[in-house]
Amino acid sequence: MRDIVKSFPGVKALKGVSLTLNTGEVLALIGENGAGKSTLMKTLGGIHQPDSGFIAIEDSQVNLNSPAASQAMGIALIHQEFSLAPNLSAADNIFLGKERGRFGLLDRKSEVAKADELFDLLGIRIDSQSPCSELTVAEQQSVEIARALSSDARIIVMDEPTAALSQQETQALMRIVRELRRKGIAIVYISHRLEEVFELANRVTVLRDGETVGECGIEETSKGQLIEWMVGRPLNEEFPERDAKIGSVCLTAENLSREGSVDGVSFQLRSGEVLGIAGLVGSGRTELARLLFGADRSDSGTIRLRGEAVDVGQPADAIGSGICLLTEDRKSQGLILIHSALENFGLPNLKEFGKGVFINHEAEQSAFRGYASSLKIKLSDPLQRVGNLSGGNQQKVVIAKWLQNSADVFIFDEPTRGIDVGAKYEIYLLINQLVGEGKSVILISSELPEVMGMSDRILVMKEGQVCGEIPEAKKATQESVMRMALGADN
Amino acid sequence: MKWRIPKLSFGDYGMIVALMGLCLLFSILTLNRQSGFGADAEDSLVEVTLERVPDGRFVLVVGADNTESGAFAENVFEKLVQLNRNDVELIVGSPRDLRLALDSLREKDGSLGAVLTSGDASKWLVLEQIERNYPEFSGFRLESPRERLWPDFLKASNLLAIVERIVVIAIIAIGMTMVIITGGIDLSVGSLIALSAVVGATVVKSMGGPDASGFAVALGFAAGIACCGSIGLIAGGLVSRFKVAAFIVTLGIMMMARGLAFMTTGGFSIDQVPDSFVWLAQGRLLGIPNTVILLILIYSIAHVFMTHTRYGRYIYAVGGNAEAARLAGVPIGLVIALVYTVSGLTAGLGGCLQASMVRAAAPNMANMYELYVIAAVVVGGTSLSGGSGRVFGTLIGAFIIAVIQNGMNLLGIKSYAQMFTLGCVIVLAVLLDKARQSGGFKALFLGR
Repeated sequence: MRDIVKSFPGVKALKGVSLTLNTGEVLALIGENGAGKSTLMKTLGGIHQPDSGFIAIEDSQVNLNSPAASQAMGIALIHQEFSLAPNLSAADNIFLGKERGRFGLLDRKSEVAKADELFDLLGIRIDSQSPCSELTVAEQQSVEIARALSSDARIIVMDEPTAALSQQETQALMRIVRELRRKGIAIVYISHRLEEVFELANRVTVLRDGETVGECGIEETSKGQLIEWMVGRPLNEEFPERDAKIGSVCLTAENLSREGSVDGVSFQLRSGEVLGIAGLVGSGRTELARLLFGADRSDSGTIRLRGEAVDVGQPADAIGSGICLLTEDRKSQGLILIHSALENFGLPNLKEFGKGVFINHEAEQSAFRGYASSLKIKLSDPLQRVGNLSGGNQQKVVIAKWLQNSADVFIFDEPTRGIDVGAKYEIYLLINQLVGEGKSVILISSELPEVMGMSDRILVMKEGQVCGEIPEAKKATQESVMRMALGADN
Repeated sequence: MKWRIPKLSFGDYGMIVALMGLCLLFSILTLNRQSGFGADAEDSLVEVTLERVPDGRFVLVVGADNTESGAFAENVFEKLVQLNRNDVELIVGSPRDLRLALDSLREKDGSLGAVLTSGDASKWLVLEQIERNYPEFSGFRLESPRERLWPDFLKASNLLAIVERIVVIAIIAIGMTMVIITGGIDLSVGSLIALSAVVGATVVKSMGGPDASGFAVALGFAAGIACCGSIGLIAGGLVSRFKVAAFIVTLGIMMMARGLAFMTTGGFSIDQVPDSFVWLAQGRLLGIPNTVILLILIYSIAHVFMTHTRYGRYIYAVGGNAEAARLAGVPIGLVIALVYTVSGLTAGLGGCLQASMVRAAAPNMANMYELYVIAAVVVGGTSLSGGSGRVFGTLIGAFIIAVIQNGMNLLGIKSYAQMFTLGCVIVLAVLLDKARQSGGFKALFLGR
């Protein structure tokens, strides 16, 4: 791809980006959100047409004017959000749009056989006849990859493939990627996780503000340099230091249980403390957070706030007693994407803005304006659709709404998922600021370095139970936490 | 940086422009010679009479029954009497009444000074024949206000007819807008109109029928509205508590309510009602028709509710993303119950208005009205997928439908063709909305 320029109304998304991809290599494409990675890849996928510049495959210039044209050239895009039909089986999804048939009827048998063959090739075990809605996120991703292979893709673009995967699943995915590379397939790997980049990529290209700012072999660079390229300034530390005083017990959970997800969890949370919760996906971390917040009802157990038992039957109760949850899935649970940032900010706080049932729009706006500047939320207008903001800014809107709600206990579930390095750092600073003010934070994350770097104490969960506690998070190693999470310790 | 809440988006202006365009189109197409009416025309006629017709000669003021010319004649007559003009006679009726008046004047040997007419009455054949049939009256003046070019569409009576035509649908469309913004639908409103009407009329009938008091009428209407409100509450409860699809719940209630309406009256319509029964839809308050007052009042309340109160914001939030709203502490069950209750209440009020308008309640009335109501909401720019929409958009949507129907009526287009056109308008409106969402028609058709 040479000198690709693409403008959208009001923004020049790509200002002449070039990118070279060799057969049988993994090229990591990194950059902050809004740097132009996705736009560039959509150009490759035929979804956008460049204003100028050209794309050549094996020295011949190609015109990718539609997704179909791109697919015909052997290019497959695997998006962050999957495009599988949930009720169809894995095999059906793989052959969707290019069904195999005989006499005008579907040849299911041959489809299933081919699907199984592809799964074998990838070294994964999935029942190709089970509906996709029953598959895990990782398995769904494998189906997407199998779909790409089934159409003889030579170039596969993966957009943040590990954003929703647990540590274990990430390892499995990396194995698959290496397998693909061995077969001579060229892979563009977009990721925010630099560890993966170093583990997997042959070369790396860094974009910033629609321009290529760095390009080199992976051996020639370092994490520090990549971050510097991405954010345009040196970042000294990944996790900021904090100076918070851990005080008295703020929240106590006693024997919380919900059938099928959480099994007799007890813990204490002190003010000024960050309590990390680690564990594999499905270990009950998120489900525990939902119980504390009243998003689901617990079957048994008690929650105490400063010694007093509180009944959180629904989120409104938890909010009323000062507990808030920043959900792992911002887009479907944390925000109303079609509404403005201002409305999302105001939603749980309307009682404070105005009298009785009436809303004082002035008060609401001035409060939001305050947070927009103190949290550095980048938006052109508070009435901008929140769905059009970058992941980091969306997360800041969510944080702002709970800050306004003056909650005491903040539960962050995957707070930095899909958020670029610069914004991640700001969110860490915010967490530190919260505990500095004597509030309590529960931090759930699949990224072990994040849990270890940010927490005072770590609970490790497995199969709905707390299977271990690490009193001093800073002294833990990734291996020791993983061993606990996998239950390999005893 | 100055931040503000815009009251109208581009799409709203688009809709207003469309409505204005339709009004302009029909105004041009129905341009017609109109007899002048109004206070100025009356005064000029009175002036001419006082100056040109000597005292002692008779003046006949003539107007046709139940028309603007009748009202005009009454006003002119009163003005002449107030100015102490003697020998003035008012004739509001048919050409025959005028002939009788002329006959009696001839018998009295009176002398005719002038005949003042307007509008329809000035086209009566009798007037042209006075000279021939009554030679003794020759020399009298035949005066009518100057004619002018004015669209039939823009006549006050026609504009009022548009309001009366749409008021029921427009009011129910408020409740429907709220329901649709939460991502639901309410198919029961057409049947609730009939149920409310027959419940109201049954109460009035049992409290004296034609001799019932105004209190009985008020009680009847209140009973009809309350009945529909509680049915709406039940529908909302079923949707929110048991998560049954709104389409199915309200489809069931649509049939139940229609059945109840027939059961209430045994299948007959009820017209044993007192005169006060029609006041709600046909009366005036301070000279303004009640329907217009109701429309403005209810739309203003709904607008303030939706944009300036907590629960209005909650309604948008539930439709935008119910789970995210719940996790932000929004009582979504309450909100859903609320919107269906409001929908029931507005349908109940619509039923009372409809019954009052036709002075009767029939169990089969307002058939298919739910579809017109939904059409008004959709044409008004509210998305069926929920989370967005405006009540004033719905008002404009309702008027677009009413203006199209009225305009085509005036042009003498057959009702089948009207139905076809209306269908096209609905599809077009939805396309327009989609185009707005995806940033222009080009983007919509290219599928980007």
